[in-house]
Formats: sequence, structure tokens, C-alpha cells
Amino acid sequence: MNLLRRSVIILMLSLIWPLALSAQSEKVPTASELIAAMDANLTAKTSIVTSRMVVHGRRASRTITSKSWVEGAEKAFTEYLAPPREAGTKMLKLEDQLWTYSPQTDRIIQISGHMLRQSLMGSDLSYQDMMEDQSLEDVYDGVVEGSELLNGRDSWVMTLTAKKEGLAYHRRKAWIDKEWLLPMREELFAKSGKLLKSSYAEEVMQVEGRWYPKVWVFKDELKRNSKGTEWIIDEIAFNQPIPEAQFAKAALRK
Amino acid sequence: MMLFKLALRNLIGAGTRTWLNVFVTSITFVLIIFMSGLYQGMFESNKRIMIETEIGGGEYWHPAYDPQDPFTLEASHGLLPDAIADQVTVGVATPILITQGSIYPEGRLRPVLIKGILPEQQVVALPTSTLSGYAGEAVPVLIGAGMAKTTKLKVGDTFTVRWRDAHGTYDADEVEVISIMNVENFQVDQGQIWVPLERLQQMLDMPGEATFVVASQETNLLANPGSWRTMSVDALTEDFRRIMLTGQAMMSMMYLIFLALAAMGIFNSQVLSIFRRRKEIGTLMALGMPRGRVIGLFTTEGGLHSLLALVLAALYGGPFMYWTATNGIPLPFDYAEIGMLISPRMVSVYPAGLFVSTTLLVTLIVTIVSYLPARKIAKMKPTEAITGRIN
Repeated sequence: MNLLRRSVIILMLSLIWPLALSAQSEKVPTASELIAAMDANLTAKTSIVTSRMVVHGRRASRTITSKSWVEGAEKAFTEYLAPPREAGTKMLKLEDQLWTYSPQTDRIIQISGHMLRQSLMGSDLSYQDMMEDQSLEDVYDGVVEGSELLNGRDSWVMTLTAKKEGLAYHRRKAWIDKEWLLPMREELFAKSGKLLKSSYAEEVMQVEGRWYPKVWVFKDELKRNSKGTEWIIDEIAFNQPIPEAQFAKAALRK
Repeated sequence: MMLFKLALRNLIGAGTRTWLNVFVTSITFVLIIFMSGLYQGMFESNKRIMIETEIGGGEYWHPAYDPQDPFTLEASHGLLPDAIADQVTVGVATPILITQGSIYPEGRLRPVLIKGILPEQQVVALPTSTLSGYAGEAVPVLIGAGMAKTTKLKVGDTFTVRWRDAHGTYDADEVEVISIMNVENFQVDQGQIWVPLERLQQMLDMPGEATFVVASQETNLLANPGSWRTMSVDALTEDFRRIMLTGQAMMSMMYLIFLALAAMGIFNSQVLSIFRRRKEIGTLMALGMPRGRVIGLFTTEGGLHSLLALVLAALYGGPFMYWTATNGIPLPFDYAEIGMLISPRMVSVYPAGLFVSTTLLVTLIVTIVSYLPARKIAKMKPTEAITGRIN
């Protein structure tokens, strides 16, 4: 009987011990550490991206191809390449200002006020979503709530709550892949706690030694039956020199 | 008098030719008066609707507010200056707070203006009292019939509304349609939802604030209400008045075409008449009638067309105009859907001045075109006219 009991204890310990060890070895990162790790993957001094945005409507889907030149979080220039209806449309973001140029009207329009809340090219993204350039760590209080399996992969769950007034979203919840250190899913909440938008990485890729989302899906959660908007990165290059003239208003008409 | 009687006898004696001219001229009379009356009616009716449902006796605007510039809306909110707040307290003015938001009826995104108004207000003719006494958990909203039609919403429907508060943070809540109002003014209907003011102030974190204040028609507008701007009814309807004036100028062109058609008929008839009646002209002159009186006879004959046309126009146009002034003409199309403030039933307004001015104008033109061919008579020699020759 004693032998049997001893055997059971040994068997249990042998099962629990590795788990206990792994639990001991896995240090729960702080929100700051997670944000810094994600930033290391997602941000660069400059990036040049060729991407497609697939907007799923009720009846049909549209694919919009664009090329963007980005410097830090404050400067971005995008030129739409296809379809023909959108080709030639350009967008310039400098800090908190946004201008668009339409070749049909040959006019530069500043997007501000309520227009920033309008949908970007009919997608589930608003111009406002594009304008966010503040560091999450500066404006949110982050708490790592633990880990969860997301699509079979181990992820950290982090909740960010606004620590100052004036942010578009009061609360965010993100699932960060433990290996890739990428936000694989994010949910954006209203002050009332209602889920407003969500996004998730459908596919990731490795570029220049860093993990980066290849296909990213955005969804306006208040829209019923919305299939969301896919953002597919075809090419991306980091830390390439971009001439200052690229971010001049005059570049919109070129 | 003899000349008048002779002219009338000659005119009636001309038979069909006269009546055709009289008929065409009467149509000109009726069309000019009817269309001017319709236009005038449209202006009066729309101004009345605007005053009753939207602008009352005038408004006080927040210094940053400009309804023509949506960029100003975000900054257009503030506490009421004391003088305006006093008027609100005694119920002769009502504050309105506006913000932009999005609604999701049946899950479809639609940008709207969210307007907060006091449910108990009686300054504008909107059924806002339906917003009070709601016991549900959602935010009660009042919408216009046009908005209900385009969004397919009905009383009892709930949907999500999303907005940004005073600090720019998104918020969202469920709202319930508790009433649908039938107002003829699309400017308080399309693309907007009405909620209780206090609730909106809470939602936006703007306690006690408003975007503008509507004053009652029975109160005197404050000339200097602190930092806010006073907007009189004339100032608020100025754009509309200008649109109407532009339309009126275009319609004047049409009146000229009508008049020209009538005048051409009479002119033609006068030329023909003088040609065919040259022996009669010669005889009259040979019998001692001065040339001036002969010219007067023919001019009177022509001019009498307008008198007969006026009588004819009164016979068939009078009842028609009376009907349009009392019943109005129902429009087959809801102009609110294309953003035009036009009442669904157009009631004409015929001021006395319109009849007088139109009668004078038509009579003057008809007399001038009657006189022009008659001048030829002055050059006629009686001997040649009797023999039927004419220079």
C-alpha cells in the first residue's frame, strides 16, 4: 500500500514538476515591456510599404492598392495605385493634420473635424484611426492580465485603459503572441464598455529579422454582418532613406 | 366714348381673330399671376415652416458656431450667457446642443447629427414632449418622418449610436425610437436624431452647455447677449430669400416669353387689320376724322384685347386661383429627399399688388404693340387709302 502511494506521489510530482518549473521560468512581462517589444517589431525609423486593402461590402468586394512612405509615427504619404477610380489619389499626414488630393478634381482637401470620423475609402477604418500616433505607453495604463491560447498559440493578454482625456478609445485589449511579440488581436472599447472595433492578424511574415503582420483584418463591430477590411502587405522595406520632399504638400499634386 | 364703343364694335366684329388673341393674352395673364402667386406662396409657406419648427423668433449662436461650416461644430458648445439663460429659465427660449455621431440601424453605418433639446420646450413646434417620461434603459430619441423612411426605423426600434465626448473619446449606447414626427422642414428631420438635452449633455460631458438657443416668436431678441451672437429671423432666412430672388429672376424671363407671344399675336393682327381696312381708314379721314383719332381708334381696338383678356382670365382663372390659394397643389414628390425645403402642398398667395402690376404690364405692352402698326395711318393720304392703295 505504501509502495502504491509512493508510486502515485512520484508520478504526480513527475507530471507537476515540469509545469511548476515552466511556470517559475516564465516571467510575466510588464505592459511597458510588451509595448516596447511590439514597437521593436512594428516601428522603424522609416518604412516603405506596398499594400492592398480589400473592402468587403454587402454585395461585392473592392481591392485598393497603395504605396506608402512612412517616417516615424508623424509623417506618412500614401499614393493609391489601383483601381483606376482611386488611382492617383494621394494622402499626406503630418502630425495631426491630414490632406487628400483627388486627381479628378485636382484639389487638395484638408480632412478635419467630423470628416476624420468618415470611413477611409469605404473600409472599416476611419481617417481618425490612421491619425493615431501617440505612444500607447504614454497615454494608457497597461496591465498584463495573464496568458491565453489564441488560435492555438500562446499569447499575453494586455488591457490598456486611458490615463488621460482626449483619446479616441477609452480601453483596449490586446492578445500578444509570446513568440512573435506581435499583437495578434486587438479590441477597442467605448467609454460605456461597448466593443467598437476589432482587428486581428490573419498571417504573419518575417522581414529583415523581425516579425510583421502580413494580413491584418479590421472590423467595425457595430456594423452587422460586416466581413471587415483586410489589409495585405505585399512589400515592406524598413529604414530606407526617404527624401524630405516626399512629405511636402506639393508632393500631393505631382 | 364714341371711339371706345366703335373700337369695341369693330373688335367684336372681327370674330375668331379677336377671340384667339384675347384667349392667348388671357393665358398670359393667368400664367403670370398663377406662377408668381405660387412662387410667393412657396416663399411664405417655407418661411412660416422655418419659423414655426426651426428658428422661432430668432436665435443666439455660440461664437464658434457656423451651420454652413461643419468644421466649427466640434468647438461650438458652451455655457449660456446670463441674459440668454434668463430667457431659457422663463421658457421664452430653448437651448439646443449639437454633436456629430453615427447610428447603426439594422447594423448599417449612417452619420447623423445628434441634437439635444428640452422635452418641455414650447418655443418651436416639435413634439419634444414625447421625449419625457421614458422609463426604458436606452436613450429615448425622436426622429422625423423623412429620417424614419430613409433609415426604415419605426417607433420602438432600438439601434446603436456612437459619438465622441467633449474630450474626443468614443462612446456608444443603445437608443430607442419613441416617436416619429411629421414636420415639413427637412432641416429638423433628415440626418438627425433628437434626444433630451440633459441626457446629451451627460453623454458628451458638457453639463449646462448648448450650441445655440432658439428664442420664442413672442419674445424680443436680446441685442447684445454677451459673447454669443444674435441672429434675427431676417438674417436666418436671408439665404433662402436670395435663392427665391434668383428663381424669381429666372421666372421673369419666362413671363417675358409669354408676353412676347401674346404681343406678337396682337401686333400681327393690328398690321393685318390696318392693311385690310385701308378703305375704311381713308373714308374716315375723308369724312373729317383727324388722323390722331383714327390712330386712337386702332390703338384702342388693340388695347381692348387686354381688357377682354382680363375679363376672360377672371372667368376661368379666378376660380382656379381661388382653389390654389385655399387648397394648394399637392406635390407628387417629396422634395425633402433631395434637400429642398418645399412644402408637400403648395398653397399660392396672390397679393393685390400682383394683380395690379400684372394688369398694368400686360395692358401697357398690348397698347404699345397696338400703337406701333397704327402709326402707319399718319402717313396715309385719304384719297389713296379710299382707292385701297397704301404706302
